[in-house]
Amino acid sequence: MKDRSHIPSSEVTPEETFRNRRFFMKSAIWAGSTLATAGLYRTFSPRPEVKNTGAAIATVAEPTVQTRLGADEKVNSFTDIAGYNNYYEFSTDKSEVAAKAKDFVTHPWSVQVGGLVQKPRTFDLTDLLKFESVERTYRFRCVEGWSMVIPWVGFPLSKLLNQVEPLSAATHVAFETYYDIKQMPDSRYAGIDLPYVEGLRLDEAMHPLTLLATGLYGKTLPNQNGAPVRLVVPWKYGFKSIKSVVKITLMDREPPTTWSLANPGEYGFYSNVNPKVDHPRWSQAHERRIGEMGSRPTLMFNGYAEQVANLYKGMDLSVDF
Amino acid sequence: MTFSADTRFHRQLFLFNGLLPAVLILIDGWRGRLGANPVEFVTRATGVLTLVFLILTLLVTPLRKIYGWNWLLKQRRLLGLYAFFYGLAHLLTYLAYDRDWQLQTVMGDVYKRPFIAIGMFSFLLMVPLAVTSTNAMIKKLGGPRWAQLHRLTYYITIGGVLHYWIIVKSDVTYPFFFAVVLAVLLGWRVVASIKKARGAAPRAS
Repeated sequence: MKDRSHIPSSEVTPEETFRNRRFFMKSAIWAGSTLATAGLYRTFSPRPEVKNTGAAIATVAEPTVQTRLGADEKVNSFTDIAGYNNYYEFSTDKSEVAAKAKDFVTHPWSVQVGGLVQKPRTFDLTDLLKFESVERTYRFRCVEGWSMVIPWVGFPLSKLLNQVEPLSAATHVAFETYYDIKQMPDSRYAGIDLPYVEGLRLDEAMHPLTLLATGLYGKTLPNQNGAPVRLVVPWKYGFKSIKSVVKITLMDREPPTTWSLANPGEYGFYSNVNPKVDHPRWSQAHERRIGEMGSRPTLMFNGYAEQVANLYKGMDLSVDF
Repeated sequence: MTFSADTRFHRQLFLFNGLLPAVLILIDGWRGRLGANPVEFVTRATGVLTLVFLILTLLVTPLRKIYGWNWLLKQRRLLGLYAFFYGLAHLLTYLAYDRDWQLQTVMGDVYKRPFIAIGMFSFLLMVPLAVTSTNAMIKKLGGPRWAQLHRLTYYITIGGVLHYWIIVKSDVTYPFFFAVVLAVLLGWRVVASIKKARGAAPRAS
């Protein structure tokens, strides 16, 4: 047997090499762990890089509609508006939606308008862009407790509804969002049934403040904001303003709506912005305006009480929330 | 010195990587790069980091028993203190921005919102564990009693995962992930204790 106690000096690692190896190992562990920790943080931290690449939309001035903001209210930046979105078909992470919706195909597009109407009709995108566009700067209040001020471009929904001539039996309007799991693979994690559906009472839909928006900041809508056409109902929580609409149906009863189907105790059909009716899990008395650190009081009907309060005369808004 | 004996290196490594997310949040905050809703992001990030460190403390025992990585035990206190640190940051974010420092409204909020109550209760349970984390306190309490007290970590982590699960609007992917990991870690302990009891049983019967 070989005597192991006398290892030839050629097989002993010189001390310097041993130390160098150790130093190299430690450096590698330092670098690896730092990159892993920082990388993990970066994966989850918001990085919205958005540019307004839409096509310009010509608008006409409309001196008659009063939608004035408070003196202390500023319009939100395009980055805020297009970089922080609730669009569960693409992602439930608001700062991820812009990236996930980047390749969403919105051309060609058509909106099928039917149900209880005299003249059912399918509008394609060019038809919609033929409506005289206006710019409306509205407050936008999300049910989650944050808000923005957004300069929409679009036209009153009433103009489109008038063209199809609702029958006298029609009392409500149902809306549906485009849905294609191939284009929206992450929608399987949304936790809500899709396609997304929403609804309004006919008088709400015909109200001059209710808009079909085709753009913001003077250009066509970014995908993440509901391109190519979405609803905007400024006195209701944001989820009522359904995105990427493909179907509008006049009905004689209240249509089902996605969030009240998902959780009827928390989300009602009306969902008017109301500081006095809390969400079961959080208060609605205040909101955080994106771009501000403090909170500001939430206004009744999101500040549009003067224009819309008469729609709900005699109703108990804590019952019909 | 072998890797597993280099306690000083482990300490530095864990200390640095534990603090790194907090430093990155501060840098991003300083540069205005926390997205459109910084308060929401910081609240969520500190909450998730609390859960991550709680889970890491619960990983130590299984890794020691399965792989013999006993060197991890010396770093467990640091992991636990990081859980407390991020939990405290989470609570302060809530008090500062959700409550606007109106501390008298906190009790009402706890009463009204079950998820706040669960979160608050879990945080309060962390306080005695942080206080008794020093060597002097371990000596004072005695090993078995100290260990028994620190088993509260199980309930704190269950509370934390529940707190996360309830606040999510509809997409429970992340809370579900934490729940599965926690279930595996607690399940391993149940199985290990049954095996241990069985191992001792034949002599008794």
